Amino acid sequence: MEYFLQQLINGVTLGSIYGLIAIGYTMVYGIIGMINFAHGDVFMIGGFVSLIAIVALGLTGGSGMFLIILALVLVVIIAMIIASAFNWTIEKVAYRPLRGSFRLAPLISAIGMSIILQEFVRIAQDARPKPLQPIVTGGHVLMERALEQGEFVVRLSNMQIFIIITTLVLMLIFTAIITRTPLGRAQRSCEQDMKMASLLGIDVNRTISITFVMGAALAAVAGMMFFLYYGVTDFFVGFVAGVKAFTAAVLGGIGSIPGAMLGGLIIGLIEVFWSAYFSVEYKDVAAFAMLAAVLIFLPQGLLGKPEVEKV
Amino acid sequence: MATAPKSTHIGGGDGPKDAAGLTKDLIVTAILCLAIFGPIVGLKTVTVSGALVLDHRWTLVALLTAVTVGGRFLIHMYNMSKTESVAPAKAAKPSKADSPLAKFVSPILLLVAIMLPFLASFTGDRERQIMDMAILIITYIMLGWGLNIVVGLAGLLDLGYVAFYAVGAYTYALLATVYLPLWFGDGILPWAFFITLPIAGILAALWGVILGFPVLRLRGDYLAIVTLAFGEIIRVVLLNWVDFTGGPAGIGNIPRPSFFGIPFSADEGGFAAAFGLEHKPIYRIIYLYYIILVLALITNFVTLRLRKLPVGRAWEALREDEIACRSLGINTTNTKLTAFAIGAMFGGFAGSFFATRQGFVSPESFVFMESAIILAIVVLGGLGSQIGVVFASIAIIGAFELFRQLDFLKAIMPEGFDPGQFRMIAVGTAMVLIMRWKPRGFVTRREPSVYLKEKKAVSTEFVTEGHG
Repeated sequence: MEYFLQQLINGVTLGSIYGLIAIGYTMVYGIIGMINFAHGDVFMIGGFVSLIAIVALGLTGGSGMFLIILALVLVVIIAMIIASAFNWTIEKVAYRPLRGSFRLAPLISAIGMSIILQEFVRIAQDARPKPLQPIVTGGHVLMERALEQGEFVVRLSNMQIFIIITTLVLMLIFTAIITRTPLGRAQRSCEQDMKMASLLGIDVNRTISITFVMGAALAAVAGMMFFLYYGVTDFFVGFVAGVKAFTAAVLGGIGSIPGAMLGGLIIGLIEVFWSAYFSVEYKDVAAFAMLAAVLIFLPQGLLGKPEVEKV
Repeated sequence: MATAPKSTHIGGGDGPKDAAGLTKDLIVTAILCLAIFGPIVGLKTVTVSGALVLDHRWTLVALLTAVTVGGRFLIHMYNMSKTESVAPAKAAKPSKADSPLAKFVSPILLLVAIMLPFLASFTGDRERQIMDMAILIITYIMLGWGLNIVVGLAGLLDLGYVAFYAVGAYTYALLATVYLPLWFGDGILPWAFFITLPIAGILAALWGVILGFPVLRLRGDYLAIVTLAFGEIIRVVLLNWVDFTGGPAGIGNIPRPSFFGIPFSADEGGFAAAFGLEHKPIYRIIYLYYIILVLALITNFVTLRLRKLPVGRAWEALREDEIACRSLGINTTNTKLTAFAIGAMFGGFAGSFFATRQGFVSPESFVFMESAIILAIVVLGGLGSQIGVVFASIAIIGAFELFRQLDFLKAIMPEGFDPGQFRMIAVGTAMVLIMRWKPRGFVTRREPSVYLKEKKAVSTEFVTEGHG
């Protein structure tokens, strides 16, 4: 029971991160109907920029609580700006000119972009994993039980609290933007019918650019939290995390933002429980197999609308 | 999906019209460049005695920014000078006259390929190097042709093609090192390659069907992600199923192929002795070269013939418009499945060859990047074009070799500069650029499979695509 509870906490933490990345996939897919294959790498860039900013600020776990929070806010803002610049440029350079080209063109271009981003970071920062001492330390013991070989402690670390709260806050802000603001209205109208939206005076190109920027900002936050949580990053983390987040987006119903969050949580939980009870080596296989299973049996996802193919 | 008007601008989209717009655009470019290059290039994290510190490289950032802004300026100038003249209307009728050269390209290439070992023997020391290179290029040509069936003809984006390559390679490796000697004794080993080749192909095709059957109902981009996931699953299994596959250590000592039972060894019963020649290690390489050449030509021949069969026509119809296809009573699932299985089969053949050439296989050889390179070859050559794959393979694999040998760059650039590092970023850039400016690849001319009375070349402008 204690073991289960601990895995639940870990799973929800990981799932929050996947959910934040998945939102970027789901929004872009909802509006322009393409998989932004490079999104996982934008997430990786977010993590890397956080690492660089943290080292540049000289932040360590020994600094005071207040100072750490202030510094992390600064770090996350830097990461969001840089990742947004990346995603904005990617959209402008690699996707926008291909709108109206043949079906596979944006996807192939996105794969090329993903390779470029990975190799760019690998060449600029070399391929070795970059470790960092934990910055957000400490935690709370929720439950203790004495076992023969010692005691098992259910622990909720401050980092996990930080991740879950940040995710919740971002989700609230984000939902408010989508449902309450003119920008959100423009995004939803583009999602429904791009041609009609442009006829009604919505700047479609601008809306799409902003969608990419928002997706990148969320991915950057996820990237920073993922990096702080695991304490290590390298140029390749975006690939697997990206596929898993995409699975989350599909599972939740592509195009649906609450769906992306729900899907992220489920994927996080599956991964953590699979590692805990079956085998760590095959945790990626579990997530990938889940993707295939969802696409076959539940292609519209949990919260998505069934897709009608139009001629 | 909104369709942007086709622009003749290099940069696509709307370029700036006047000097003020140009300045604004360049300033935005500069700011973006600083944001993109600044942190990642400008501040390199290095580990000094266990702790990360930053290494500043601001001159490099300034240089990269200057180059990008300068490049963008030139592109804009070019576009602005071009907009004055009205873009010529695209040729309105199919060009019937092929250039006389085009007709002879394939036979000449084939002739060169067959003669290559003789030509290479005149180069003396470099013979071995040239032959190794040629084998590598033809292996990629074969993989490209195999993937071309799936991507180019049937229009299914397969990002996990390397999985079938892996299935073929491991089939040969496991059968030849463990199972064939176990079942039939060591006497069978000289024949192992030819016995295993069909088995490897069949197994790869079987995997293609197993994967394809459930997922081929999906739309194009979902399919891409699922095949990608499948490729990773195969790799992770190869990596972790240590008892069966040897795990990360791989399988070594894979028997080399023999000349129909005669081994390439220096002793009495060897190839050289049997034919009264002086023993040279190059004979084995030349033999391998002809094996892969024949395999590749078979792939090409089968593809060309299949295109004339109903199933081949169905593939191409499927690529152009899936909904129309279904309305005309074509069983799309079966059609996709055959394309997938046949493409996978050729991947399996190539995998077997890879195993016997290397004598060693490990999961390291079957990463996603390998799939990406094969895809880049197909995309660069022009989706569906057979000769395009040849040129693209030569270009990409040749460029890789070139990157490795660019010693003069090392001399002029700061120390620690390795041009070989840039090969994958070049592949990625090529994929993006090709999609922007020549989405049909370099060889855009396509032979129609079906024609009335006379063959007319179809130029790119007429190949409209379904958006289904």
